[in-house]
Amino acid sequence: MKSLECPINGPRPLQEFHFGGEVRTMPDSGTISDEQWADYLFNRDGEPAVKREWWYHVPSGTWFVAERDNCSDQFLRTYLYDAEHVDG
Amino acid sequence: MDRRLPPRDGEWIDRGQPIEFRFEGCAYRGFAGDVLSSALWANDVRLLGRSFKYHRPRGIYSLAGHDANVMVEDGSRTNLRGDVLPLAAGLDVRSVNTVGGLERDRLRFMEWFSRFLPVGFYYKAFHSPRRLFPFYENQMRKVAGLGRINPAAVSAPSPKDYAFCDLLVVGAGPSGLAGAIAAAERGLQVLVVDEQPRPGGSLVWQRPDDSDAETILAELLEQIETFDNIELRCGTQAAGWYADHWIALVDQQRLTKLRAKSMLVSAGSFEQPAVFQNNDLPGVMLGSAAQRLIRQFAVKPFDRAVVLAANSDGYEVALDLHDVGIQVVAVIDPRPDGEPTELARHVAEAGIAIHNASAILEAVPASGKKRIRGAVVCKLNARGQPQLDSTTRLDCDGIAMSVGWTPNGGLVYQAGGRFTYAEHVEQLVPLELPAGLFAAGRVNGIFDLEDRIDDGCRAGLAAAAYLGKFHGELHNVATHHTAPPSHPYPILPHAGKKNFVDLDEDLHLADFENAHQEGYDNIELIKRFTTVGMGPTQGKLSNVNAVRILARLNGASINATGTTTSRPFHQPVPISHLAGRRFHPLRRTPIHPWHCQANADMAYAGAWLRPDYYKSGGQSREDCILNEANHVRNHVGLIDVGSLGKLWINGPDAMSFLERIYTGRFRKQAVGRLRYGVACDESGVIIEDGVIARLSDDRFYVTATSSGAAAFHRELQRWAMIWNLDVTLINATGQTAAMNLAGPKSRDVLQKLTDVDLAPTAFPYLSVRAGKVADVRATMMRVGFVGELGFEIHVPASQGLHVWTALMQAGHVAGIQAFGVEAQRLLRLEKGHLIVSQDTDALTNPFEADVDWTIGKDKPFFVGSRSLDILRDKPLTRRLVGLEFQSDARQLPDECHLIIDEGEIAGRITSIAPRSTLGKPIALAYVRPDLAAAGTNVKVRVDDGSLVTAQVASLPFYDPDALRQ
Repeated sequence: MKSLECPINGPRPLQEFHFGGEVRTMPDSGTISDEQWADYLFNRDGEPAVKREWWYHVPSGTWFVAERDNCSDQFLRTYLYDAEHVDG
Repeated sequence: MDRRLPPRDGEWIDRGQPIEFRFEGCAYRGFAGDVLSSALWANDVRLLGRSFKYHRPRGIYSLAGHDANVMVEDGSRTNLRGDVLPLAAGLDVRSVNTVGGLERDRLRFMEWFSRFLPVGFYYKAFHSPRRLFPFYENQMRKVAGLGRINPAAVSAPSPKDYAFCDLLVVGAGPSGLAGAIAAAERGLQVLVVDEQPRPGGSLVWQRPDDSDAETILAELLEQIETFDNIELRCGTQAAGWYADHWIALVDQQRLTKLRAKSMLVSAGSFEQPAVFQNNDLPGVMLGSAAQRLIRQFAVKPFDRAVVLAANSDGYEVALDLHDVGIQVVAVIDPRPDGEPTELARHVAEAGIAIHNASAILEAVPASGKKRIRGAVVCKLNARGQPQLDSTTRLDCDGIAMSVGWTPNGGLVYQAGGRFTYAEHVEQLVPLELPAGLFAAGRVNGIFDLEDRIDDGCRAGLAAAAYLGKFHGELHNVATHHTAPPSHPYPILPHAGKKNFVDLDEDLHLADFENAHQEGYDNIELIKRFTTVGMGPTQGKLSNVNAVRILARLNGASINATGTTTSRPFHQPVPISHLAGRRFHPLRRTPIHPWHCQANADMAYAGAWLRPDYYKSGGQSREDCILNEANHVRNHVGLIDVGSLGKLWINGPDAMSFLERIYTGRFRKQAVGRLRYGVACDESGVIIEDGVIARLSDDRFYVTATSSGAAAFHRELQRWAMIWNLDVTLINATGQTAAMNLAGPKSRDVLQKLTDVDLAPTAFPYLSVRAGKVADVRATMMRVGFVGELGFEIHVPASQGLHVWTALMQAGHVAGIQAFGVEAQRLLRLEKGHLIVSQDTDALTNPFEADVDWTIGKDKPFFVGSRSLDILRDKPLTRRLVGLEFQSDARQLPDECHLIIDEGEIAGRITSIAPRSTLGKPIALAYVRPDLAAAGTNVKVRVDDGSLVTAQVASLPFYDPDALRQ
């Protein structure tokens, strides 16, 4: 079982976590077309790359961001989300 | 006849502890430290099992856990491998896979039909005519499979353990022990496991005569003893590798879930068999098996032996046999020039004939095939082909084979390592190892004892370096420099077709040739077609030869041919070791003890245990539920709603946060007021509903559905973070008890227990008040979920039972009754209130569910608003409506039954009440919009396939003018 480093609680087994999908920025819903909105809603980028993902440590209720190489399935780093510096 | 040798140094048996045991109904005697196979062999029992397909006699072959044909059962446990089953007092076992006992197995004649059972026969036969397949299947099931399961067996949970270490060393042979010491000297916490009951690996049974193996082992073990940071666990297999070095350790008692920081695989190698006619019969065994018999168990393997040796190890075997008084008739060496080392001279000096450039063509069976009585030997020509015109027959009762090795690298494969074929050793060696994984010793193709110890040290230091505990340079280890320990093709064809490649599955050489001829020229395909390597040993003794055969058939190299994948588990693991504790999370509300005393029928609602209804006298369930509902309508009832999600949303930004979460508006919500709210996801699908109570400008108390509260809270946390809002979210679900007092008399009952003015003007519908109830601080909310005057009372969980009991006492005169979840569901259905996830699904939007009135006008944004803007302009595909059935309807639908219109699906029932306080069956259902008008007749398909008519009714069914709530 994989081990994941919670920024608050340290390395914990994966079964303690809930996956929250890729970190994506919601587009400004007031200005974009229906097609662009539908693309944001329903399409996900699955190309091999280092992904920024939401993970939630269930016992402590901690959301954080994990950078994971989805080719090698290795977590590269984890950190708390910072709304003012969304790009990490 | 007793085949036990005189006492020997280092033997594993304890002659002071004789053990009586039974095999196939006969009594035998062995010693503590024996395994079943060794004890039987000591009693001169050679027929130990029957093969899977042809029921051929089989005996000791590897004595290392790979004797898949020697499996026994004791009535409660089955498929126990005889070569690893420790002898214990009272052991009483029988062979699996026989009809009428091992000796007289009635299926032994299967062999006669072998030419009708070619490889892949079950893929081709039995498919036509199709109608006969059930018959074929039934017949096949009778002969297929191995042990029987005892249906009366009682499950015995086995313990689970957890462990952690810096370095796991798999295999306590010379390289593993040396690696453990090197790593421990650098401060690593080291765990060493070995599947054998004692450490030492090959040093236990293999004693190169020019080295002092016994002393070296004793010294290594003595050194291990001095380290507090080395733990040695024998009798423990590393059964499987999982991500991030999570390794399943299995011993006789338990499963240990180990998290290691790194792993060293020093698990040695498996000796590989040669392929010749009758190479499976009792008396033909691997050289290492003969050595294990002698050194571990002090059992004389044979009386007259022929040794097939294609490496130095085979010459050692000949000398070992000679040393214990066995007459070694000859050493047969297929190599043209024979053994290049001094060993050849030692063997010759012992008076043993050596035949170079020769091979064993076949073993000659004694009558009944339960023993062998000779070996037919032939010369090989320059191309390695047998010269059938120059055969010699040698009398013997045993053949020991030493023709090659293959690395025990299953864990390396599982961890993502890759192997490549190295011709200097004629075996696979690791090519690439993933981070944190190390290999040493024979796994690396290193056979010289000193080199193996050196390689272990190197690997231990490499692990220390990986963990930052060693910064020096890692030295190189000498590669194997003498003749290859493995023969490149120890396989001879034979017209008799009993030259077995895979003993688990009874596959012989021609099976592979036939499969290849049919076009299965890829290793993965040939594996599946022939089933090679798919038996209990997972090909530990057959995959390498299968690859060699296929490579030759394809005219390709071993590397181009490839290997199959190794998956957990390394050795068979009893399912009881894997079974969990059948633990399910369970939540009880604080009122639980009262429900039990009141004879409640409890049911699961998610993880919560809630009263379905309260049993009363001899009344049926349906009557009880209807009575409870009627009582709420006419008098007063109390229900435990403690499982409701209860969240506090506090802070300066709480109001704007709620505006972004829910479809509704909260800006103008006055302190002390409640609002019903619906929350959607980004695609506009309803995910939650509940009431939002404003207790002060920046304090809101929110309820959520019992099943959805945790996920809703989780999403709220994330949105608060993304929007960077100053809010504090508290999930108070578990710490708060909640009960709903409902019915025309509820105000009178509650007023007795509180100073808060409950008069309609002072505490109107959809208001919230904080105050004391029965001297307990409470939040009271006037809600109408069940369609009657009602108060939801939330108190600290610790006071829940007290307040509940006080309410029941205060309501005594008014005739208060507790009611359960079923009555509540009926009452809310009559009122037309939907339950999210019961009356909505993963696609339901507010327009379909008729809750679009909750969507606030002119809101700039909330989650899902953009999607709802799009959906608003699209035609509806379905609508949630009420349905009424005739009270004398012959049959009523269940939830999820379909509404059919002109043969097409036109909707589905989401909630139904066969009996209601309105005197007729009612339901909620989705229907096509053109069927949604009140008064429309629709047809519902019920269980028996017939159609039942229902009429669309306007909602709510009960109290449409909302005069009662």
